[in-house]
Amino acid sequence: MKEKILEMLAEICEDDVVTEDLSIDLFEEGLLDSLGVAQLLMETEDRLGVVIGLTEIERSDIDTPEKIVSLIERKAVS
Amino acid sequence: MTLFSDFSFFALLSVLLVPAVVLGYREKDRRYYILFVSVVFDALAIGRDPLHIVFFLGYIFLETALVKVYGKVRERRGREGKIYAVFLILSILPLILSKISGFLPVRLFQIIGISYLTFKSAQIVIEIYDGVIKEISIFDTLNFLLFFPCIVSGPIDRSRRFGEDLNRKIPKDEYLEMVGEGLWKLCLGLMYKAVISSYFYEGMELLTESYSSFAGVGYAYAYGLYMFFDFAGYSLMAIGAGLFLGIRTPDNFNRPFLSRDIKEFWDRWHITLSHWFRDFLFTRLVMQSMRHKWFKNRLRTACAGFIADMFVMGIWHGLTPYYLMYGLYHGVLLALNEVWQKKSKFYKKHKKEKWYQVISWAVTMQLVMFGFLIFSGNFPFAGPEQ
Repeated sequence: MKEKILEMLAEICEDDVVTEDLSIDLFEEGLLDSLGVAQLLMETEDRLGVVIGLTEIERSDIDTPEKIVSLIERKAVS
Repeated sequence: MTLFSDFSFFALLSVLLVPAVVLGYREKDRRYYILFVSVVFDALAIGRDPLHIVFFLGYIFLETALVKVYGKVRERRGREGKIYAVFLILSILPLILSKISGFLPVRLFQIIGISYLTFKSAQIVIEIYDGVIKEISIFDTLNFLLFFPCIVSGPIDRSRRFGEDLNRKIPKDEYLEMVGEGLWKLCLGLMYKAVISSYFYEGMELLTESYSSFAGVGYAYAYGLYMFFDFAGYSLMAIGAGLFLGIRTPDNFNRPFLSRDIKEFWDRWHITLSHWFRDFLFTRLVMQSMRHKWFKNRLRTACAGFIADMFVMGIWHGLTPYYLMYGLYHGVLLALNEVWQKKSKFYKKHKKEKWYQVISWAVTMQLVMFGFLIFSGNFPFAGPEQ
């Protein structure tokens, strides 16, 4: 699961650094913006079958690859 | 009675807030009293027109029933797009009917705050579909919809956030701080709305007596500043009154005239509106268009998203040519801004330098003020009326 998520994230951010440095700040580094977030949620639903409500997350919940992985993994179980 | 405007409103408010402070100070349940005060002020604001009363009650009943029923349906049937669409359309139907009433022989849903009430009802339906809202309490929903400080013109709160404040036991010390802040915001808001904005209003009046194009520029500035102090003042008072009731309504303005680009402007001006559109329209449009690959790349998707988003906002303001033009104008500006910031090497190289930021700020202000001129319905500037 974790690899799939990181692979997807790398495609969205168009940068492999997100699979190497898991605590990089995605918004600070300009790797993710509101459009990227939209794509992330859409692909998470389409590729992994995990639905995350747009308004249930804040930027601070998804500002590093690490947090994104744990959020999706948590959601996949519930 | 006009809320946050008439002397009688403020007189009654200061009386009705006293029991709220007593409840808050003693850390007692505030929910029933909040609903009571809201009903009193809403009733006074609506007045005695029977048609208005009937439509208002009908609206509240319809929306409350809709979210309750949809909650049940969603629980049983899951995320079904078609059912969701039906409930979402039903929840915004009253607003649509009220907007096109001007073209119809009958007046439908001409009720106070319908534009703002619709945001509140529609977002509940959307969040139920998303699975973010699972439990719907009729009592909390009524309290949320009827909440008097925000009923006429926002700020647009979120139901889950409001519900948390409503049901939270606030420690005495924290509540007293909220009251202090509330009092400050009420006074500041009153000063903005009653004193400062009226200066600019007088300036506008003077300028409409002149023919020159300089007067047009002056008019745009006076109107923009009048709008800010009028609306930010009202918003501050609404937030202030809410704080007395232990509800922390989100801020609506954050020094908009310091914005360095148009995107930042919409993060500082009428914030609860633009963020509502961002969360419930823009991002969803973008997701759909990415899913179905309507556009070639992300930049085009974003541009189309901005223009559609702002155009809908224009429609929401009203079906007049200048509101639609205002929406389109800002949509196109946001799209151009996006292209500039994503594509321009010049921008990437200089964006952090002081001189660039000063120029960018100055340009943004002119664009914003020109937008207000469109919004005022006075563009092209015609000078005095014949």
